[in-house]
Order: sequence, then C-alpha cells, then structure tokens
Amino acid sequence: MRTEDMLKILHQYREDAIIIPGRGGNHWIKMSKMPERDLALSAIAMGGRASFALGLAMARPDEKIILLDSEGDVLMGLGTLATIADKAPKNLYHFILDNECYATTGGQPVPNAKKIRYDLIAQGAGYPSSHAFEKLADFESNIEAIMSEPGPVLVSVKVVPEIVNKPIQNRKPWQSRSNEQVVADFQKAVGPRVA
Amino acid sequence: MTEEQALLSPEVVVQDLKENGVTHVVWLPDSETNFLYELMEKEPKLDLVPVGREGNAFSTAAGLSVGGAKPVILIQNTGMMESGDSLRGWALKLNIPVVIMIGYRGWTRHGKTPDTAAVYIEPFLNAFGIKYYLVENNDDAERISWAFEEAEKTQRPVAVLFGDEFHGFNR
Repeated sequence: MRTEDMLKILHQYREDAIIIPGRGGNHWIKMSKMPERDLALSAIAMGGRASFALGLAMARPDEKIILLDSEGDVLMGLGTLATIADKAPKNLYHFILDNECYATTGGQPVPNAKKIRYDLIAQGAGYPSSHAFEKLADFESNIEAIMSEPGPVLVSVKVVPEIVNKPIQNRKPWQSRSNEQVVADFQKAVGPRVA
Repeated sequence: MTEEQALLSPEVVVQDLKENGVTHVVWLPDSETNFLYELMEKEPKLDLVPVGREGNAFSTAAGLSVGGAKPVILIQNTGMMESGDSLRGWALKLNIPVVIMIGYRGWTRHGKTPDTAAVYIEPFLNAFGIKYYLVENNDDAERISWAFEEAEKTQRPVAVLFGDEFHGFNR
C-alpha cells in the first residue's frame, strides 16, 4: 500500500490523539488538522522513536498517543518492545510502516526484510495486541476496531518505499518547525501534566 | 577516609530523588545497585522503567520530559558510552533537563585503574559538554541536588558520577 493512502485512512480515526510522525511524516503534516499535537521532530537519533513514544504515553496517560514508526527504527531499538510491553500503556498505538528498506540512504534492505514479522515479535515481547496488513483494504476494514482496543497495540503495515538518494545536505526537511517550536506548541496545547 | 565515610547509602540517593520531584527512574541495572533497586521499587512516588539498552533510556526520558514528567536516568558508565547518539539526538537536541546518575565502574581515588570504563567516561562526558558531579559518600550527596538545579537552569542533561557504588550500594 502507499504510505499516503494508509495515513489518510488513519487520519479519519485520529480524533485528538497526539501523533509522533516518523516514517510518513512528510504526508502526515500535509493532512493534519492539529499540527500543535504533532510531535514532528527532526534530526533525532534513529532507534529511539518507540521509547520516546513510551515516555510520552507514561507521562500523559490521559492522552491517546499514535506513533508512526519505521522497521529500521524498530530493529535498532528492538528491546524497547519489551519495555513497552512491561509498562503496558493503554494509550499507545504503535504503527510500523514497513517498506523493507533504509529508504533515506538509497533503499538498501533491512536485515531479513522479506521474512521478518514485526507483529509476531511484538506478540512475543508481550504486547497484548498486534496486527499485520499488506493490503490497504484490509487495513481500512480493521482500523476502527483496532483504535478502540486498549493499548499497547502494534500494527505493522507493508508500504511502498519512497526512496531518497540525494546527499543529505541537498535534502529539504519535511518538518516545517524547529524542534523547540514543536515542543513549545505541543506543551501549550496539552497543558500542564496532572500527576 | 574511614570505611564509614566511604559509604554512599542508597537511602540517601532515594531521598534525593524524592526531594527533587523525580517521577520516573529510567534504568538498566548497574553492577552493584540491587539495594537501590529494592528501595526504589518500594517507593510509590517513583515509577521504574527498565530498558534493555542504555541508549533507549535517553529517548524514553525525552518522551517523559516533553510530556511534563521528571525522569532520572540510572545507568553504568559503560552504558553511558553506549548511549552517545541517543544523548546527542534526544537529550541535547531536545534540551532535556535530565539528571543522569552513572555508576563509575573502575573508579579509584588515586586515578590509576585498569578498567577502561573508568578511563574513558570523563573524556566522553567532556566531549559532549556534559557537566558532571562526583559523589563518593553521603557527605557529597548534596551534589545530586546541585545536578538537578543545574539541569533545570541550563535545560541540558547533567551527570552525577557515583564513585563509591562498590561500597555503599553493595553494603
């Protein structure tokens, strides 16, 4: 499925969830109606997006958190799946947009790209619920029910790679705000934490 | 220094965490911190978050901090060095005012150690511009609060090096 099509469907079920856009962020920020609740961060360290989402979910148990992750990120921080299952935040929805490759470095395959099953890894790590979809129609017919499940939920979807093959200094970042602005806008929107 | 003075008791560390409003301890066990673990686990005000790799402690702490919680990171110096890019990308890049409590494996007062974990940790922190305080015993414990104050003031991570983890924490 195409990333943009998958995200358009997910967007219908966002309500006012906080989004952490990793893979597909370039599409997401164009369709989002609540940019102040999108933590569209740039130049952070690969492998940590899921644990960042976990931290946010624990700090804000009253908010629904949707993470748009990539399989390369997940492979780099695989142990985080066990920590997420351990802390079991009911408000965390973990989407892996699996394009089977490192798209921003030219499209080289990730380890065991064609055979690895992230839904089974999540299940083995202890996620109470995990799903995998290859076809957009299947994703579309299940997403409403998935978003009403208690978290943590993992949803792995196969997407078509959008390969970037330019030197990094020649790329235009898809993020439109600085990290400082993103965090400031977010914190203003969600207000102070209630312990 | 007498043996009594050499002790850094885990009760003092837990008290400092509470006094500084810590909500979450993101951690991977250090060599000799089991007594500290048992105390923290009994403390209802502290939520323990175990990670499988120290680098993930920094991204977890960043998420907690951005969400308004107050995490502390508790790891060993080996794990600190493992965390280089996460420290850069999550803690420094996002201005996270987190205190990193680091077990100083291999530390000696005279500075001569065969343990490369001790040899490299201070140059590592200096390379990233991370200010650090050395805590050897209970008399030094106020430096933990200094680290929290420094982190808030600068909106940067600040480290505390536990130079006596092999005595007080091991009892």
